[in-house]
Amino acid sequence: MSIPKIEVAGLRKQFGELVVLRDITLKVDPGAVVALIGPSGSGKSTLLRCLNLLVVPNGGRIRIGDDAFDFETGKALPKPKAQAKFRSNTGMVFQHFNLFPHMTVLGNVMEGPVSAKKMPKAQAEAIGRRLLAKVGLADKADAYPDRLSGGQKQRVAIARALAMEPEVMLFDEATSALDPELVSEVLGVMRDLAAEGMTMIIVTHEIAFAREVADRVIFMRDGVIVEEGPARDVIDRPQQEATRAFLSHFHTRG
Amino acid sequence: MYTFNFEMLWGYRWLFLNGTLVTIGLTAAVVVLGLLLGLVGGLAQLSRFAVLRWISWAYIELFRCTPLLVQLLWFYYALPMLTGIQIDAITASVLTLSLYGGSFYAEVIRGGVVSIEAGQTEAGLALGLTPAKVMRRIVLPQAVKRMIPPLMNQSIIQFKNTSLVSVVAVPDLLYQGQVAATDTFRPLEVYTIVALIYFVVLVPLTAIVKRGEKQLQTGH
Repeated sequence: MSIPKIEVAGLRKQFGELVVLRDITLKVDPGAVVALIGPSGSGKSTLLRCLNLLVVPNGGRIRIGDDAFDFETGKALPKPKAQAKFRSNTGMVFQHFNLFPHMTVLGNVMEGPVSAKKMPKAQAEAIGRRLLAKVGLADKADAYPDRLSGGQKQRVAIARALAMEPEVMLFDEATSALDPELVSEVLGVMRDLAAEGMTMIIVTHEIAFAREVADRVIFMRDGVIVEEGPARDVIDRPQQEATRAFLSHFHTRG
Repeated sequence: MYTFNFEMLWGYRWLFLNGTLVTIGLTAAVVVLGLLLGLVGGLAQLSRFAVLRWISWAYIELFRCTPLLVQLLWFYYALPMLTGIQIDAITASVLTLSLYGGSFYAEVIRGGVVSIEAGQTEAGLALGLTPAKVMRRIVLPQAVKRMIPPLMNQSIIQFKNTSLVSVVAVPDLLYQGQVAATDTFRPLEVYTIVALIYFVVLVPLTAIVKRGEKQLQTGH
């Protein structure tokens, strides 16, 4: 057995009185695709955001690749530089794309390598153009984000995250803000990434996609992992009543 | 009926020109210094260190909430009694106006920064940029566009505020006007001209600002 790419142990997060994550433990193998599903407020997005420290946990431990952080109450947060290094190893794709509107598409994709890795511009541009070609947007390199459709924006956002050559990609409801006819082009890019062996955690409401692409599915509710297992088992034959109730809202079981 | 006589002021044209140049130079200095103070003060308001937030808050409120004229008199007449160092009128004026302007600029700059969606900062951090880089590369370039109109507005106010320095005998436009008025016993003509000069300098500036604003809204 290989060493897991991602290891989370005893992760806790609360906002004031509201406990959002209770003692989350999970492991993700290299190249595995894990889908996080669950009702809104279940903590799945918070868990994802903890994984690249956009939300700082109150307790527990996170390891991604070679970088690990312990979170204890009263202990000082990791220094900004250490946080930045940790984050640069995980690519994050947001629901609302969050492209930089003052930069061209190519500028968006080059920003990470140039500003975080101090890579020479020519080299970053080569990487940027290759990744834009990969997501099918080579011809949009010089356009500004406001000229793109939602689906195109999200594909640029994926290319931007990939430009840092992260070991892990995190998708936070990457298709939820898209018009229905634009969802498939983004899912297509994600499917290709999964096939190439990228380790991915996907927070999604696309149950059919999760069933098809994910190796494992984790169902969360009220800040705990209720059920997890191979994607088809969890989605087709959920063991827990809560999972069954949640999945009954989707028409995906075949 | 009062008979206007502007002709006799022709002999004072160099005085007016001189005063105008002093006013413009003073404005340039206090705008530049004020913007620097405002940038530091505004960003300190957003610092993760409470001490910096507290210091900048105290600075901003102290200078925003006391009259400029009182500040000017305090720096020129009162401060030397504390420090034992007499500062000249120009230094006191530049210092006061910069600090005063900076407190307003700081609020504009802070407001511009917080108006940028949190998602932009998150996206920058997620890429692995340090918070300082996120501010410089992602947030500030976008925020500056939104700040420019209120910053220009504040600078126009600063231009007019410089007229207060005449009370500590800095030879600005208004001070020279006072000289001419006492000399000629023609305050009506003199102060009309002084007002006109301020107006003539500022109107084209406001037009340029309007044009710039439009360009910023359409461009990237």
